[in-house]
Amino acid sequence: MREFTTHEYDVLVIGAGGAGLRAAIEAAGSGVTCGLICKSLLGKAHTVMAEGGMAAALGNVDDRDSWSTHFADTMRGGQYLNNWRMAEIHAKEAPARVNELEAWGAVMDRTKEGKILQRNFGGHKYPRLAHVGDRTGLEMIRTLQDHGIHQGIKVHMEVTVIELLMEGGRVVGAFAYEREHGRFIVFKAKAIVMATGGIGRAFKITSNSWEYTGDGHSLAYEAGADLIDMEFIQFHPTGMVWPPSVRGILVTEGVRGEGGILTNSEGRRFMFDDIPDVYKSSTSDNEEEGWRYVTGDKSARRPPELLTRDHVARCIVREVKEGRGSPHGGVFLDIAWIKEHIPNAEEHIKKKLPSMYHQFKELAGLDITKEPMEIGPTTHYVMGGIRVDSESQMSTVPGLFAAGECAAGLHGANRLGGNSLSDLVVFGKRAGEHATKYAKENSAGQINNDQVQKVAAWAEAPFDRGDKAENPFTIQSDLQVMMQDKVGIVREEKELNEALQGLEGFKARAEHASADVNRDYNPGWHTALDLKNLLTVSEATARSALARNESRGAHTRIDHPDKSEEEAKGNNVVRKGADGSMQIERVAIPPIREDLAQIIEENK
Amino acid sequence: MPQVTFKVWRGNKDGGQFKDYQTDITEGMVVLDAVHQIQAESAPDMACRWNCKAGKCGSCSAEVNGMPKLMCMTRMEDLPTDKPVTIEPMQAFPLIRDLVCDVSWNYEVKKKIKKFKPRKPDAQDGTWRMQQDDVDRVQEFRKCIECFLCQNVCHVLRDHHKHEEFAGPRHYVYTAALEMHPLDTEDRLLDLKDDNGIGYCNITKCCTKVCPEHITITDNAIIPLKERVVDEYYDPIKKLFRMFKPKK
Ligand SMILES: Cc1cc2nc3c(=O)[nH]c(=O)nc-3n(C[C@H](O)[C@H](O)[C@H](O)COP(=O)(O)OP(=O)(O)OC[C@H]3O[C@@H](n4cnc5c(N)ncnc54)[C@H](O)[C@@H]3O)c2cc1C
Ligand code: SF4
Ligand code: SF4
Ligand code: FES
Repeated sequence: MREFTTHEYDVLVIGAGGAGLRAAIEAAGSGVTCGLICKSLLGKAHTVMAEGGMAAALGNVDDRDSWSTHFADTMRGGQYLNNWRMAEIHAKEAPARVNELEAWGAVMDRTKEGKILQRNFGGHKYPRLAHVGDRTGLEMIRTLQDHGIHQGIKVHMEVTVIELLMEGGRVVGAFAYEREHGRFIVFKAKAIVMATGGIGRAFKITSNSWEYTGDGHSLAYEAGADLIDMEFIQFHPTGMVWPPSVRGILVTEGVRGEGGILTNSEGRRFMFDDIPDVYKSSTSDNEEEGWRYVTGDKSARRPPELLTRDHVARCIVREVKEGRGSPHGGVFLDIAWIKEHIPNAEEHIKKKLPSMYHQFKELAGLDITKEPMEIGPTTHYVMGGIRVDSESQMSTVPGLFAAGECAAGLHGANRLGGNSLSDLVVFGKRAGEHATKYAKENSAGQINNDQVQKVAAWAEAPFDRGDKAENPFTIQSDLQVMMQDKVGIVREEKELNEALQGLEGFKARAEHASADVNRDYNPGWHTALDLKNLLTVSEATARSALARNESRGAHTRIDHPDKSEEEAKGNNVVRKGADGSMQIERVAIPPIREDLAQIIEENK
Repeated sequence: MPQVTFKVWRGNKDGGQFKDYQTDITEGMVVLDAVHQIQAESAPDMACRWNCKAGKCGSCSAEVNGMPKLMCMTRMEDLPTDKPVTIEPMQAFPLIRDLVCDVSWNYEVKKKIKKFKPRKPDAQDGTWRMQQDDVDRVQEFRKCIECFLCQNVCHVLRDHHKHEEFAGPRHYVYTAALEMHPLDTEDRLLDLKDDNGIGYCNITKCCTKVCPEHITITDNAIIPLKERVVDEYYDPIKKLFRMFKPKK
């Protein structure tokens, strides 16, 4: 029998992005012991990559803004599939969480009065995103990290959790390996907060890193938790398309917030051609008004480039399909044109979008102050995730909480830009708080040694595949191609069925994914183990997409091109059935509270 | 572009050697892409760190042809490909495996630096007012992505191994960001002089040269900090004053 190192905490947080760090700070500050685990080094989680900003109705730039407008914008953006209570909490609490970051040392860009500056972003009625140039995520994660290291949190860097440990129906711990030597570790905990981020590595073209293999989604699913809204995957309209090796890397929406425009090969601003009815009254129909909007004229309506991401992505796909794309299969995003309007445009762009300037200069050899960029959609964010209680963030498994991108509910069918960073701190704090409460009310559980031995054996298996051994990188890459093709931006029943069939093949191949040499810092081995999670989230996405017979938000079905009132009455939930197969169920959205319904009505 | 040969360091703390790998290079590829391609094609166990692939997370630091670089921001087009490209780990830290080293020392050093301590809020609602002009300087320092390339090239660490007494350029940038933060009220000068050994720095500016975020580490962070330390601790009049001043 194998021996393992064991650590014991009241609250264990898995994931050290914005959500996990905020949860851990909350727990450690409430008098319980807290451990924090992350796959990479501290400060390198996805949150570090966020660019544009963090949405909160501070009203610093436009004092007409309020939590109720933010709430209504979030619901409209999510096409009303959101958990309305979470949308309410988020809109109300985001300003306090942003101010708290400042109290912990964050240095955001300022207004003339010396307050936190806010910028325009798609789907937000008023300038609402607190930001630092285009590196807001770095500011957030560093602030939380530098504050967190003084709170008594025990951090386990480069440790990967591969299974949640259960006692009866309750979670009591986690099983993990450390990267350095591949040694196994048992974590005992009274409560666990899942904050593992997204699933973007299931697709070929993605803005996401190697970490985004849907671990939290899959671990929770295996533990019996419900996943919800998994058909909704956000394809960000502006990823780099050229050169090939940078395809998918994000170009922040902030470019459009600062006045950047989208044009096709004919030089036409095609976004003016298709403005959805619900946004007609708030969107400008001419270039002159659009420009006034981005330069702060409060009477002007927003340019169509700032419509929601799902819509902009679809318009780009249409332009490319109809032959009006750029040379490398995207369209043009032009910020250089603002020199027609302002004298020091070059300096202005470098100051407002410094990392975009460098990114293009260094990776594509292109000067964005002079030339337009070529961009196209890239897999960016998963709205779907672990189903949680809106007050406590607890999943359907007792003792298991979730926050951040791996949790679901707030964003519905489509997330507004900037609503993730605020989500992380609002619900990260709440998850930390309620996990602490749970830990105080419950005693430690018993680790089941059989379960531990079994998962350890499973994790060692890639070193012993015999002659059927297959390279895990090849399997992962083939899976990404299939998911991109069949479960990508535009979907249909036939292809989704093919994808589900294809996934069975991949499951079989994953059993042969092999690793070599030894367990010391071995990426091949790690990739082989990650496959299981990728396959779970891929299947959940394909099944949910097949079950939603309409097009709504980020989910587009060419065989059901319209919205359906009937379909909009519920969310898709997947869970593991008694026989081990994936079950899907449609659950009705609870009727919205009267006062909130009225806010939505007033903001229509 | 054709096939290129890479000499990649393979080994662990007990030793190792360069191994040759060949892989196809296509337009726009960066060194990290080549490493991934080699991993996928012929060395799945080759260790390297990365996350963002866009110069934002500071994970992929290594030495490419002897130059400290982020692998994800080093384009193959900018390297001579008629001879092998060498890739090796940073040298100022203990090796874990291949291109990955143990940088945990940096995290320990940071923990010892006194944390941010803001003045009382300026407004009733608990918020502060700061002018953009007053935060520009701090924002420069806060661009740091903790790649530790500056630590890697600083001779005090790399050649003289003063890890016990010297915090290194990254942490002077960190300290400067705190000390020059308009809201901060803490005093870190004594620590800077004694525990963090800023005196060892002889302003060679090697750190500034390698910073991928183009932070002017020496001119904007280290020199002003050194001046503050000198003003506080070596100015004879101040010294006299301090003898009578109660310790804070
Ligand atoms: C390029 C880019 C730009 C973006 N810009 C914005 C923006 O401007 N505004 C905005 O609101 N949102 C933005 N987003 C989205 C936002 O950044 C993310 O949704 C958010 O940061 C996710 O935070 P998180 O805390 O949930 O997870 P992350 O920050 O991704 O952290 C996940 C953590 O979980 C750990 N982990 C994962 N699996 C395991 C495991 N098995 N065991 C142990 N640890 C594990 C990881 O190591 C990591 O520490 C952007 C995203 C990208 C990719
Ligand atoms: S300037 Fe100072 S800190 Fe920077 S490399 Fe030289 S000695 Fe080291
Ligand atoms: S100061 Fe520059 S070189 Fe040093 S760690 Fe920060 S980003 Fe890297
Ligand atoms: S991978 Fe993030 S800096 Fe290179």
